[in-house]
Amino acid sequence: MPSKIVRKRSLIPGQTSELVLDAPQIAAKAKPGNFVILRVCENGERIPLTIADTDKQAGTITIVYLVLGKTTAHLETLKEGDEIVDLCGPLGKDTDIHKMDGPVICVGGGTGIAAMHHIAKGHHMAGNRVITVIGARSKDLLLFYDELSKFADEVLVSTNDGSFGVQGMVTDLLKDRLESDTTVAEVVAVGPVPMMEAVARVTKPFGVKTTVSLNSIMVDGIGMCGACRVSVGGKTKFACVDGPEFDGQEVDFKELGSRLQAFKTMEQISYEEFKKSHVCTCSNK
Amino acid sequence: MCAHAPTNKKVGSKAPRTAMPEQDPRQRVRNFSEVTTGYTPEMALAEAQRCLQCKKPLCRKGCPVEIDIPGFIAPILEGDLDKAYKVLRDTNSLPAVCGRVCPQETQCEGACILGKKGEPVAIGRLERFVADTFMAKDACEEITGTQACTLEREDLKVACIGGGPSSLTVAGYLSALGIKVHVFEALHEVGGVLVYGIPEFRLPKAIVRREIDAMRALGVEFHTNWVGGKTITVDDLKAQGFNAIFIGVGAGLPKFLRVPGENLIGVFSANEYLTRVNLGRAYEFPKSDTPAYTGKNVVVFGAGNVAMDAARTAMRLGADKVSIAYRRTENEMPARLEELHHAKDEGLELLCLHAPIEFKGDEKGWLKSIVLQKMQLGEPDESGRCSPVACDGQFCEIPCDMAVIAVGTGSNPLIGQTTPGLELNKWGYIVVNEETGETSIPNVYAGGDIVTGAATVISAMGAGRRAAKEIAKRLLG
Repeated sequence: MPSKIVRKRSLIPGQTSELVLDAPQIAAKAKPGNFVILRVCENGERIPLTIADTDKQAGTITIVYLVLGKTTAHLETLKEGDEIVDLCGPLGKDTDIHKMDGPVICVGGGTGIAAMHHIAKGHHMAGNRVITVIGARSKDLLLFYDELSKFADEVLVSTNDGSFGVQGMVTDLLKDRLESDTTVAEVVAVGPVPMMEAVARVTKPFGVKTTVSLNSIMVDGIGMCGACRVSVGGKTKFACVDGPEFDGQEVDFKELGSRLQAFKTMEQISYEEFKKSHVCTCSNK
Repeated sequence: MCAHAPTNKKVGSKAPRTAMPEQDPRQRVRNFSEVTTGYTPEMALAEAQRCLQCKKPLCRKGCPVEIDIPGFIAPILEGDLDKAYKVLRDTNSLPAVCGRVCPQETQCEGACILGKKGEPVAIGRLERFVADTFMAKDACEEITGTQACTLEREDLKVACIGGGPSSLTVAGYLSALGIKVHVFEALHEVGGVLVYGIPEFRLPKAIVRREIDAMRALGVEFHTNWVGGKTITVDDLKAQGFNAIFIGVGAGLPKFLRVPGENLIGVFSANEYLTRVNLGRAYEFPKSDTPAYTGKNVVVFGAGNVAMDAARTAMRLGADKVSIAYRRTENEMPARLEELHHAKDEGLELLCLHAPIEFKGDEKGWLKSIVLQKMQLGEPDESGRCSPVACDGQFCEIPCDMAVIAVGTGSNPLIGQTTPGLELNKWGYIVVNEETGETSIPNVYAGGDIVTGAATVISAMGAGRRAAKEIAKRLLG
């Protein structure tokens, strides 16, 4: 069914935005870890996006996207009050959230911070001590700092250029914390594949449970097509129904990274055509 | 034997089977338009004249929904196509679909008495002719004889989870009886495998939409993007006061070959490949946004209808060479005979008696070649077909930049995970009472691939019809 954009907020101008969508039946069921599949328009492609937040009372869900190709570029042209043609969800298994003895460290990178936000909030609601670790290239590109600060027990920040927080990578902060705190119960990481792989590498010697949320290519998202298959512990798993969260020590990140390249050339063709055809509309605004 | 026009009949039954007009193979392999173009009224009359109008028609027994076949063919001879369509619709909610995709040679036509000595009546082609003739007509008028299509029993409502052939059959049957039916479909388009799986050149989506519109005219409500077991559960529907619930969620995750290299880029499940092309209309890329891979050397594993559909799609998308790799021989292939013939006419190559051993790729993870093992036929196995046996040490490696795996599907886990009390078998399929289609939960029914595993459109419709009959019996008495 179509879904109306209730609020739109630009997080990084021209690059990353947040949409609050009217979707009462999805909001009623959505839990941390779930995602939706949307289509912006007729002829549009089905794309998966993780749910960043829900408001069950208002009947809305929040999604965050990075403008990367035609679908997200088209999404970026929509305004509050506009509708997207299809919204389907909530999909995927819920995050395993239960009361734990030690703190949970939630690591996020890029738009993955939005997905991590929902998971971190869920852990907070379950009474867990939540340490969030977020990173970006510079201060202007950092997402969800204020949102996380509202409930997280600690918000640790790293930037590549040192413009905010500690200069360096999220994995540096993570490693420091794991060395100084042996009570950490779980590490959750959501972000680009190399980041999640690096997090798993850092946590391995500490033997801490490490959960990663995978962003594999999907078509239907309901356990039918098999596009999202990933190798976990040497076995083929399907991110849409077996995941999207898996044990970070078991995931074949190299294969995941390569599979994400499958349609890159075609996506580029589609995006270039869209940019050409959209020049006039944008300049008229 | 002959109820109508005995002189014609004798001549008719001895006449050769009327050929189906089709697009030239060289032309059609470059487009997605329907391969066969349908009988003209003259052709339909000539073919209808071949029917012997048997008093105990074997063809009817061969049909999973028991269409009154002589009963719909006889009016064609009289020029009363209205009547022919009514007889069809009495038992079949999707005649235009069945006329195109049923494996007639193993069902109605396989049982036709004329087939014992010569060629059976082209029942499927006649069914398509009658259904297509009525595409433009008013659905209410045709089915209920009234133009208003009022629901007689607004107090009764039935939910169907899944919008494929089995659910559509339930919806068609019950709505014609005046019961309100709501269909909840997970994808953005209703039709299930008819829209995501079967290609445009074999079953145009416009045909499916017309059949669905006919049901909409009868009061059926369709809800897209509602995922059974996620957006809505069986318990939710019960709480909303549905008198009966039918689960027809279809096939689940694709099966793979379990050989090395299966996750290389360029190796697809048939479900992914066909969903991209059909539901995502990737054949119109970049006009439509969904991309599909265009391989040059394509190998499809499996030899059922899905494999044929994937292979013929790859040809149309510009492959230089498309082969079907199959462990047995052409004789054992499960695809409809017509699809295999069409595919061969279009240039499909058969790599019979070959089994996959390994997919090989380059350093970046792109498929480059496949290693196959040569096979020979051994003793019949439990399926009754000769089992493939490996020829020791005989391997070959062929270049391949795209592979499609079409060796079946498993069960979808979503409904099972969220429906307490629903009995599943060890493979995750829903257990039902075979006569009524009822599951372990009273008034909750199931049918189609989620009960039987991957099967045909018509068998799913047969299951839908059984369940619908039982639902109607209990609700209407």
